[in-house]
Amino acid sequence: MELEVSITRKTLRTASGQTRSILHDVVFRLRQGEICALLGPSGCGKTTLLRIIAGLDTDFEGRLVLPSEHKIGMVFQEPRLLPWRSVAQNLRLVSAASENDLAEIVAGLRLALHLDHFPGELSLGLARRVAIARAFAVKPDLLLLDEPFVSLDAALAARLREELLALVLKRNATTLIVTHDVDEAIAIADRIVVLSAAPGRLIADRTIEAPRAALTGARIAKLKDAILSVMADAAL
Amino acid sequence: MRKLITKAVSVWRPGKTKAVLFRLTPLALLLAVWQFGSHLAPAGTLPSPLAVLSVLAAEAWSGALFFNLAITLARVAASFTLAMILGTLLGVVMGRSKTINRLCDPLLIVLLNLPALVVIVLAYIWIGLNEVAAIGAVALNKLPNTAVTLREGTRALDKNLDDMARVFGLPFRTKIRHVVLPQLAPYLAAAMRSGLSLVWKIVLVVELLGRSNGVGFEIGIAFQLFDVTRLLAYTLPFVGLMLVIETFLVQPFERHISRWRQPHGT
Repeated sequence: MELEVSITRKTLRTASGQTRSILHDVVFRLRQGEICALLGPSGCGKTTLLRIIAGLDTDFEGRLVLPSEHKIGMVFQEPRLLPWRSVAQNLRLVSAASENDLAEIVAGLRLALHLDHFPGELSLGLARRVAIARAFAVKPDLLLLDEPFVSLDAALAARLREELLALVLKRNATTLIVTHDVDEAIAIADRIVVLSAAPGRLIADRTIEAPRAALTGARIAKLKDAILSVMADAAL
Repeated sequence: MRKLITKAVSVWRPGKTKAVLFRLTPLALLLAVWQFGSHLAPAGTLPSPLAVLSVLAAEAWSGALFFNLAITLARVAASFTLAMILGTLLGVVMGRSKTINRLCDPLLIVLLNLPALVVIVLAYIWIGLNEVAAIGAVALNKLPNTAVTLREGTRALDKNLDDMARVFGLPFRTKIRHVVLPQLAPYLAAAMRSGLSLVWKIVLVVELLGRSNGVGFEIGIAFQLFDVTRLLAYTLPFVGLMLVIETFLVQPFERHISRWRQPHGT
């Protein structure tokens, strides 16, 4: 599905009664099947933006254009599984996928051995994989991922990234993935949108033209430099 | 031979039996003190356990004991169910809405502190000496307690899981059953446990004051006749019944709802 985001202003009232600006003039459009990384420093409003797109936060100035009928699959920063339901029950609860498709998702994330476990028995990495599986089980048109690899060790994160990417490409869902890691963004996305520090403004929007597999070390380094310099300029 | 004895001993004393014996010890001690005390007490104030048992057996034989126990148990069940349902609904609504909470909170505080006796007498005067007044009065005594507990439970509901349910578009009933109720379950169990002990005590008072059957009524008669033997013969089976309900219904329910907290063999 296509998604048009046009947020003029999003403010938040703090506990002390002050109004703080979170997002300012964030406008972009995602094409069907596009994998977009949302990059920015901590606290720039990335999660807020994701919540607005998910429909969890409707208190903002601006507009959001998406099809009236759409399924969202979301991976929150914490896994947010139901601790009183097994892994299999957690997946079935939201699942719109056939048993075959669900089995394929479970196999793709190497969860088959953990279906009978309860979330409390899983490591963070495993719980994340269950949360990702759940997001795919709804057969999403739009996939929202909020730092799905944060606080995992590098090797585990890289492996999970590959598994996730394989599922995303197969599903062909429009995907928005929040991250603060430039390498991660380049590895997974075909477009990178960069927000400034709070209040988050859109400071760069780059499409990666080359097919993912064709990205050579030199091109990756060049892209990374370009994005980092934009972020550094904005931080001044 | 020695081996055989060790084996017999180990079969005779598994951990569970030991635990049961341990729990029965204070009861046995109480029984001994009772027996001893019945010899010392002035005539008619404390009958011996055996005397109580013989009256109990006679009442059981005539069927009166079971009839009165059943009547009282039915009243306990009816008022308990009513108080749990209405109290839960009120508590959840008050936990969700600040406005309704502000409106109902003073009433709740009044009800919480109103003596049970006042509610019972007023119910009998206003509604009449009937079952509706009796059960209603007991339920009204228990309701504020349930409402307060469930209000806390509702306030403690996890906002993150709520968001998750919204994003994934869970239908209302699925959300209640799989997301909300498991979170409220410990609060429901707490309300049930304190509720049962409160309700059966108040039911006896209600029966004493305005009903012509039930354990409370029989105890009232025994009081008028100063018949302590009869009083105890009705009280003990009733206490025993409540113990059975607590052990075989309430506690298993609590274990059932918290089973996901147990390690499930990784």
